[in-house]
Amino acid sequence: MSVEHVTTVSYLPEGMPLPAPMPDGLDAPFWEGTKQHKLLVQRCKTCGSFQFGPEWICHKCRSGELSWVESSGRGKVYAFERVWHPVHKALKERGPYLIVLVELPDAGNVRMVGNLLGDPQQDVKIGDSVEVVWEDHTDVTLVQWQRI
Amino acid sequence: MTDYTIKDKVAIVGIGETRYYKAGQSPVSEFQLALEAIQKAVADAGLQVEDIDGFASYSDDRNDPVRLAAALGVPQIQFSNMHWGGGGGGVAGAVGNAAAAVVAGYAKHVVAFRALAQGQFGRFGQGHAGARVRGPMAYSMPYGLMSPAQMFAMRTQRFMYEHNISQEALCGIALASYKHAQQNPRAIMYGRPLTRESYYNSRWIVEPFHLFDCCLENDGAAAVILTTTERARDLKQKPVYLMAAAQGSGYRQWTAAHNDPDYATSNFKTLAPRLFGMAGITPKDVDVAQVYENFTGGVLMSLVEHGLCSAEEAEAFCTNGNLEWPNGGLPLNTSGGNLAEAYMHGLELVLEGVRQMRGTSTCQVKDAQVCLVAAGPMVAPVSDLLLRN
Ligand SMILES: [Zn+2]
Repeated sequence: MSVEHVTTVSYLPEGMPLPAPMPDGLDAPFWEGTKQHKLLVQRCKTCGSFQFGPEWICHKCRSGELSWVESSGRGKVYAFERVWHPVHKALKERGPYLIVLVELPDAGNVRMVGNLLGDPQQDVKIGDSVEVVWEDHTDVTLVQWQRI
Repeated sequence: MTDYTIKDKVAIVGIGETRYYKAGQSPVSEFQLALEAIQKAVADAGLQVEDIDGFASYSDDRNDPVRLAAALGVPQIQFSNMHWGGGGGGVAGAVGNAAAAVVAGYAKHVVAFRALAQGQFGRFGQGHAGARVRGPMAYSMPYGLMSPAQMFAMRTQRFMYEHNISQEALCGIALASYKHAQQNPRAIMYGRPLTRESYYNSRWIVEPFHLFDCCLENDGAAAVILTTTERARDLKQKPVYLMAAAQGSGYRQWTAAHNDPDYATSNFKTLAPRLFGMAGITPKDVDVAQVYENFTGGVLMSLVEHGLCSAEEAEAFCTNGNLEWPNGGLPLNTSGGNLAEAYMHGLELVLEGVRQMRGTSTCQVKDAQVCLVAAGPMVAPVSDLLLRN
């Protein structure tokens, strides 16, 4: 990636649940990657298929030989939604916010969920180009998105 | 091959439901509601409680069949079964499992039931309260994607984009449910009609869902009793026969972080052909449909995926009163369903299907012979029934 975009300002208010690795270690490399500002996706060493979320075997050829490869972090909006009704206490005063489902063309079009940074009332279109922004918290980093 | 299906071998012979309450307003416990609905279904069938020997439910119903059987004094349990999966995906699945048990001879009179008083436990629509989240939800919850409405709005948005469908289609589905509820004194929304204007003026929950695109939350219970076609003939009610039942899920549906290869789907694509194939009919033969509405967007997709209309026709199909009794082409959710009758987690849709086939609905479709009950949309697994009179 040419320029790395990092923010320590949380898009959503403090008090939202933060991610933690699964106790069995399955997705530890993913969350270790985000901390190092690397967007890692599982790729099968046998057949080359990508997959996210991670699994113990490849869904295509059932090989257990999986690697983690880095995506450029550039993607396209596959779907989006503007949330108005808060269901978490931390969001009570937040007002609307935008969630995007981003497809990563350089990683087999796997998708990742994040927020689209900026004005929550902005006009969003499926197909819009976005790039990753690292939202650093004390011990974990979230994957956010901004328009290119 | 017909020998290996349940077609025409099982009938629903009794239905029962409690009064439906606004969420949190049941004067009695959830377990008492379950007991009441089951006893009413038994009485409706003209059976005795002692005849019940099997129980089936779904979505982790809290009312354990062993406790139910003990409380009811049922002489023996011969079958007990829980359909896996959350949401309403198991409504028809529980009925289908009960039917399978009857056909297999495991049990003679199986009750499929659902009881809900969420206020006595925890609500479905509320977000995770913990500070840390692990597993698949860790990829979405920290971004404020945590409630059912938020999970399903994303799919709906994509479906509407792919097929160029406007908000009007969702509005049409909500209007039909509310219109039907005005005929139904059991309905929570009886006496509370909905207009197109009030639909559009209602607040957004999550785009594209307005308030009226979302199911209710209620307290109550409902139950149906199944037995063999032979036994059904001697009972009190006109039997309502199962032409087909199907449950399941498509390729890698509900893969973590919304990675289902086929994303903008209600997940009925693999079920519908099996369902109609088992019944030996086509979607054109469906006279009336009860389609589970967690949210109107799922109904829209379900109608398309059951072949009741094409995606291109879907907007026209859902608007201009086409889903409304008595003049619409396909009256939908004729009791008011989850949107306007009561949220009995969709089991009320099975009861309404039975009423339509008996000829006793408050929005009775004239000469109706076949009713589709589709349950789940956008969850996994989902389930279906085809009923006939
Ligand atoms: Zn592979």
